[in-house]
Amino acid sequence: MINFQYARPNEVADAVRQIAADPRARFIAGGTNLLDLMKSDVEQPSRLIDISRLPLKSVEETPDGGLRIGALVPNTDLAYHPLVESRYPLLASAIMAGASQQLRNMASTGGNLMQRTRCYYFYDIATPCNKREPGSGCSAIEGLNRMHAILGTSESCIAVYPSDMSIALAALEATVRVMGPGGERTMAFADFHRLPGDTPERDNNLEPNEIITAIELPPQGFAKNHSYLKIRDRLSYAFALVSVAAALEMDGEAVKEARLALGGVAHKPWRVEAAEAALAGQPANEASFAKAADIVLSGAKGFEHNAFKIDLARRAIIRTLTQAANGTPQSQSSKKIR
Amino acid sequence: MIAPTPITLTVNGETVAAQVEPRIHLTDFLRENLGLTGTHIGCEHGVCGACTVRLDGEIVRGCLVLAVQADGKSVETIEGLSDSGALDELQAAFRDRNALQCGYCTPAMLLTAHELLARNPTPDRATIREHLSGNYCRCTGYQAIIDAVEIAARARAGAKS
Ligand SMILES: Cc1cc2nc3c(=O)[nH]c(=O)nc-3n(C[C@H](O)[C@H](O)[C@H](O)COP(=O)(O)OP(=O)(O)OC[C@H]3O[C@@H](n4cnc5c(N)ncnc54)[C@H](O)[C@@H]3O)c2cc1C
Ligand code: SF4
Ligand code: FES
Ligand code: FES
Repeated sequence: MINFQYARPNEVADAVRQIAADPRARFIAGGTNLLDLMKSDVEQPSRLIDISRLPLKSVEETPDGGLRIGALVPNTDLAYHPLVESRYPLLASAIMAGASQQLRNMASTGGNLMQRTRCYYFYDIATPCNKREPGSGCSAIEGLNRMHAILGTSESCIAVYPSDMSIALAALEATVRVMGPGGERTMAFADFHRLPGDTPERDNNLEPNEIITAIELPPQGFAKNHSYLKIRDRLSYAFALVSVAAALEMDGEAVKEARLALGGVAHKPWRVEAAEAALAGQPANEASFAKAADIVLSGAKGFEHNAFKIDLARRAIIRTLTQAANGTPQSQSSKKIR
Repeated sequence: MIAPTPITLTVNGETVAAQVEPRIHLTDFLRENLGLTGTHIGCEHGVCGACTVRLDGEIVRGCLVLAVQADGKSVETIEGLSDSGALDELQAAFRDRNALQCGYCTPAMLLTAHELLARNPTPDRATIREHLSGNYCRCTGYQAIIDAVEIAARARAGAKS
């Protein structure tokens, strides 16, 4: 790992000033993704701006009955927060499905949003990768692509965005609050992450001189009918091959409102509003769920090693919606899928 | 040239002041500068868990924390926790159940299990398994480790009642 300057601002405005002054500087929060990438020389910052002690660590109720989560709230604290456990259990569950306790203790909310792809070629600086080095080519399209995307891919990049937490945040329609030299702005969660297109080097729409300050959740938490199902190569401690966050508002035996977001399948959390709309007013049964799954996956395209994900995703969607409708969310400690 | 940065932290209750390059991670600092070699290094990429230490009371990956980030904080290692007696039941159970062979993973396993029992004194086996999933063991096959944590949990519960 190269050496670098280290600074630790005490105020958000100061952190923004420092990042704006040096295009090769990076923020470090928990460090669990950035330091790993630096050890592989994928990231070679001139300076680390340690934001981990900025006053962005609180979880507060908002006047409209929602929740504001500071960007530096550790993943563990968020998952165990009483208001999250009781009102947004889908979010708690998705966080607990990821990484391990030591990592969740360090990992921050903002850093989790910003975590980069686990594409093997992105990590291996000896291979071409458009995300790491624009214009060098994509090694995965013709290479090993078992973990790669089946939706929203481009000829430049077929990488997957690996966060579990963000899949729940997408389903819950969170808002991202960011601060730049010109002040604060907010982005709908759906607008935060990007598809690769011909600029795969950009994972999201945060500007290089901006900092995430908070995530806001609307009041509707779907606490009764939800589930986060993560399918992976091992029962625990592996990134998702496919994951599904489902949240339902029920009206007796029928679905009144549905939210559905997929992880492990695209360059961003994958949500298809037409599929959610198709569930509204329908009986909560396998036929309705299968129809929604088909809408979500229309246009899915497999590569040499990952075509299995299409069928896996279809079955995972049906299973997760069933768990949500029955009020029996997937347990993240006993991994039995019911 | 990058000048070393001054840091002051407590390690196992004692104040330590040092000058470190920003790129030195906490586990290297503990091992190389302070001679606390009970914290091990496996992958250095946050995967294996061998480097587990406590930072302000929470277990973390020492290989993914910079020593400069620990400035002003409190670090506890296997040496400190072992001397304090906090791990007595766990250590006895690991010994009795043969939950270690080469011992490379053991300090980190103990710290991780200790954290679980502090949060949840009576975890079921699935919960123990899940909590230890970020700690690799190349020798035991894990069963004996799960057994030992279960037994230590019972011993602690018994001692309290
Ligand atoms: C072995 C291993 C297994 C893992 N398994 C999983 C898993 O199963 N599921 C999962 O979801 N994740 C997993 N992770 C990833 C983990 O969740 C992320 O590394 C973590 O969430 C990143 O948070 P951080 O605070 O440590 O980020 P950092 O490493 O500090 O930062 C990451 C990036 O975000 C930027 N950044 C951080 N905070 C802000 C901010 N407030 N504003 C703007 N930019 C910011 C940094 O500049 C950096 O570029 C795993 C990681 C490891 C090492
Ligand atoms: S899939 Fe994206 S990240 Fe992976 S090699 Fe291709 S361009 Fe790079
Ligand atoms: S050495 Fe830190 S996790 Fe492997
Ligand atoms: S006892 Fe050898 S690695 Fe666990």
